[in-house]
This record gives sequence, C-alpha cells and structure tokens, in this order.
Amino acid sequence: MYSGPAVAIREVHKRYGDIHALKGVDFTIDQGEFFGLLGPNGAGKSTLINALAGLVRLDAGQMTVLGHDVVTGYRDSRRLLGVVPQELVYDPFFRVRETLRFQAGYFGLGREVETWIDELLDALNLADRATANMRALSGGMKRRVLIGQALVHKPPVVVLDEPTAGVDVELRQQLWGFIRRLHAEGHTIVLTTHYLEDAEELCDRIAIVDHGELVALDTKRDLLARGISRTLHVYSEQKAPKVPDKLRDKVKRIHDYCVELRLERDRDSIVEVLDALRDAGTRVCDLRVEDDDLEDVFVQLTGRSRQ
Amino acid sequence: MGGAWWLFYKEVIRFFKVAFQTVLAPVITALLYLLVFSHVLEGRVRVFEDVPYTAFLIPGLMMMTIIQNAFANSSSSLIQSKVTGNIVFILIAPLSHLELFTAYVAAAMVRGVVVGGGVFLLAVWYVNVPIYSLAVILGFAVLGSAVLATLGVIAGIWAEKFDQLAAFQNFIIMPLSFLSGVFYSIQSLPPLWQTVSHLNPFFYLIDGFRYGFFGASDVPVVLSFAVTLLALLMLALLALWMLGHGYKLRQ
Repeated sequence: MYSGPAVAIREVHKRYGDIHALKGVDFTIDQGEFFGLLGPNGAGKSTLINALAGLVRLDAGQMTVLGHDVVTGYRDSRRLLGVVPQELVYDPFFRVRETLRFQAGYFGLGREVETWIDELLDALNLADRATANMRALSGGMKRRVLIGQALVHKPPVVVLDEPTAGVDVELRQQLWGFIRRLHAEGHTIVLTTHYLEDAEELCDRIAIVDHGELVALDTKRDLLARGISRTLHVYSEQKAPKVPDKLRDKVKRIHDYCVELRLERDRDSIVEVLDALRDAGTRVCDLRVEDDDLEDVFVQLTGRSRQ
Repeated sequence: MGGAWWLFYKEVIRFFKVAFQTVLAPVITALLYLLVFSHVLEGRVRVFEDVPYTAFLIPGLMMMTIIQNAFANSSSSLIQSKVTGNIVFILIAPLSHLELFTAYVAAAMVRGVVVGGGVFLLAVWYVNVPIYSLAVILGFAVLGSAVLATLGVIAGIWAEKFDQLAAFQNFIIMPLSFLSGVFYSIQSLPPLWQTVSHLNPFFYLIDGFRYGFFGASDVPVVLSFAVTLLALLMLALLALWMLGHGYKLRQ
C-alpha cells in the first residue's frame, strides 16, 4: 500500500507563448484529503489540473498521482485519477449507459464493471435515464453523467474542476452530498470552485494560486485566521448610537440600535473601542464579532475579487 | 489491448448508429454513378480487351467509395470530438498513441470495407464482374482503407474547425480520387496527364484493386502495392508522431 501523497506537484512550469501560466508551483495533497484549489480566473488552476490528467504538457517539473509520474507512468497515473471537466461535454451519438460503459472500456474494464455502473446510475439519480440519449438530458443530468464518467474506473483520487458552475441550488446540494460520500469512503477529493462558501464548507486544506504561483496553502482554519480584519457589531440601548470622532473612520454602517465597526486584528483592541463608545455616551447592551470569511482572505491574498 | 478494443468498438457503433448517412448513402451514390456512366459510355469506351465498360467501372467506384468513407470516418469522428470537447474523455484514458491510432484507423477501415462491399453486392445484380484474384482485391481494399483512414486521422487532428476539414476533403481527397482513373484508364489520357496521374497515390490503389478483378492493369500490380504500402508507412509515421506529441490535442 503506497503511503506517499495522493498528488505531488514539484516545481512545475508551463508557458503558452509569452504567458508564463505556471511558475514553479510546488505542493502535495495527502491521501484522503478534501483539498480546495482556488484562484481567480486565469490563475492557473485548470492548467494544473489538466497537466495532472495528461491534457497539458509541462515545460518543467514533475507531477505524480499516488507515486506514478503523469508522463512516464501515465497508464498507472490515469487509472488512479478521475477528472470531472469543467465544460459540459458529451458525445451526442450515445446513451447514458453506453457513455459510461465505453469510458470504463477505455480503462480496460470488462463485464465486472456493469454492477458498478448500475450503482453509479443509482447514486447519481440517473437510473431511469440510463437509456436516454445524452442530447435529451438537462444540463444538471449531463453534469451528473460527467461525474459518473470520472468515477467509472473507481479512481482513488478524484478531481472536480468547477463541478457546480451553472448548477442550481438543489442540484448543488445533491452533488456535494454525493462528493462528501465519496470522501467518507476514502477517496481523495481535489476541488476547484468559484464558490468560496463551498470550499469553506467542504475542504480540509486550501491552496490559492494566482498568476501561476502558489500564494497560500494552509488548513481552512489557519487560512481564515489570516484575515486581518473583523467586524464588531455593537448594540446600544438607545437608537442611533453616538460614535466618537476617533472611531469615525472605522464605522461600516449605523442602523437603528446597532453600529458596525471594522477592526484590524492586530491594531485595534475591542476593549478600547468599547471604552470610547461608553465615554461618548453610548450604553452598550450587546455585541457580536464576525471574522473575515474566505472571500475576504482571498481578496487580500490575490488583490482582486474572485469574479 | 482492452482499452483500444473499446475505442474501436465505440467508433464502429458510432457510424452504424447513423448508417443511412454513413453506409447506405455512399452505396446509393456509387450506384447512381454506375447507372449514369454505364448508360452514357457503355459501348463507346473500351479499356481492356473483353471487359465491358460497366464492369470496368465497378472496381473503380468501389475503391473510390472505400477511400472516401475511410477518410470521412476517422476525420469526422476526431473533429467532432475536438469541437464538442468530448475528446478529453479519450485523452484522459490510459491509452497509448499507438492504441489510439489503431482504434481510429481500424474502425474507419471497417466502414470503408463495409461500404465498398455494399457497392459490390448491389452492382453484381446489374452486371457480371469477374474475380481474378480475391487475395489482391482484399489486399488492396484493406490497404486503401488503411491509407485513407490514416490520412483522416491526420486531417482530423490538424483541422480546428469543420471548414478546414471540408477544404481537406474537397480540395485534396475528392480531386485525387476522381482523377485517379475511376472512370477511365489513364492509357486513354494524353502523355502529360498520364505522367501527372502517376504522381497521384490514389491511382495505384485503384489500378491494383482493378487488377484483382481483371488480371490486367495500367502499371504492374507489384508497383501499385509497393507505392501504397510506402504511402501507408509514411502517413502512419506522421499520424503516430502527431498523436505521440499530442499535436493540437494536448496543449
């Protein structure tokens, strides 16, 4: 049993003409992790994933899947890897079950895979559409077939490239339920997503790439702790609480009985802020502190919003 | 070979699913050529001694159909997969470039030979066609479909849109197959055009194939065999290089 990392990315470089898409990215993903790969559009996330799947050729560096080099040991690395592509791609010539059966065939699987295909169709709520042509499926169903195709050879490492892009809320919840189940069964999950709240909810560790470089790699908790600011909600007994001049530039907004202040984690003391408010005549009756979420951390690290 | 067999099987199922378009239509087209040309030219053109024009025409039409359909199958499957994007599912599978090549080429050969066989089966109702050597007929059918299937792989990988593939088909495959001696013996051409025809690799396919039926040909059958085999080897090397380097397939 191989005990090394599920995915190892070593000093990888990729250039497209003048664009240096990956600049020496280097990190590992452990077996059994739920790993998030985040970054703005064009940051290099898809290039990384595509290189792992053999769709992109690296200029330098090395990638392995459970110890197998994706170039020299591509047969093994591809058998161990399932990739759900970002685009909703399908072959309009075939039915759902045929699509899955052919995909399993490419991996050299024989008749024994039929039972697993039935299980997959059930798990993905596609059993009643098994004989439907791919063209006849809704977008959400096509998305689920893509997931089925990625899992049909039972890969221990599953990469999902923006699996919920353009998917409605109900299906999103269903997909996450299914992916959580895969993770609980021992699969290593690598996820890229635009929805930071999804990454925040699901991932153990998160890497943020930007301009082809790794700008952060940490556990979710430590990454969130990097947020340099937080919001203090102070509730007063009287309407429109009074705020002293020295706190004016920290006020986010004042409404009814509440004033919201943006405090910097290292510089501003909550006690001093409360003292200043009381001195100005505000009678504080309650307060609440809200930490930055992943979105704020993301914006601070990449210097831009995720859109 | 498991994975390659499934890709081959998928490719064969793919064209049989649209058999009206991929099998029946080209057979009918070839028969229409046969009806029209034989009606107009029978008795006016004599190519080989003792061979009526209509019988002479059939091997040419068969090979032209084999050529065009073998090319169409591999090239259109590849470009459709590329344009729709579903080719990623083939590229992420653990298939070597040799396996990809074999699967696409073999499936295209099946289509070429099935359609060519269809033309023969219907044509023999119409006119008596002699068979001089079945081995030569089958050999050239296999070789011809392999050459064009390989060319289809090359064109399918190279083309980025349907328009480019159509250009390849209409400006290279069609003229070369029409001007290769399907409808006439190149002996009947002026000397300049005879020389030009000898530069057309499709000419050797049709001439060798025809030898299998009549035991007579414009050039020695061994030469035709050698030229087509050489063409197949060179094209196969190019196609394998493209697949091996991920040319236009893997960035």
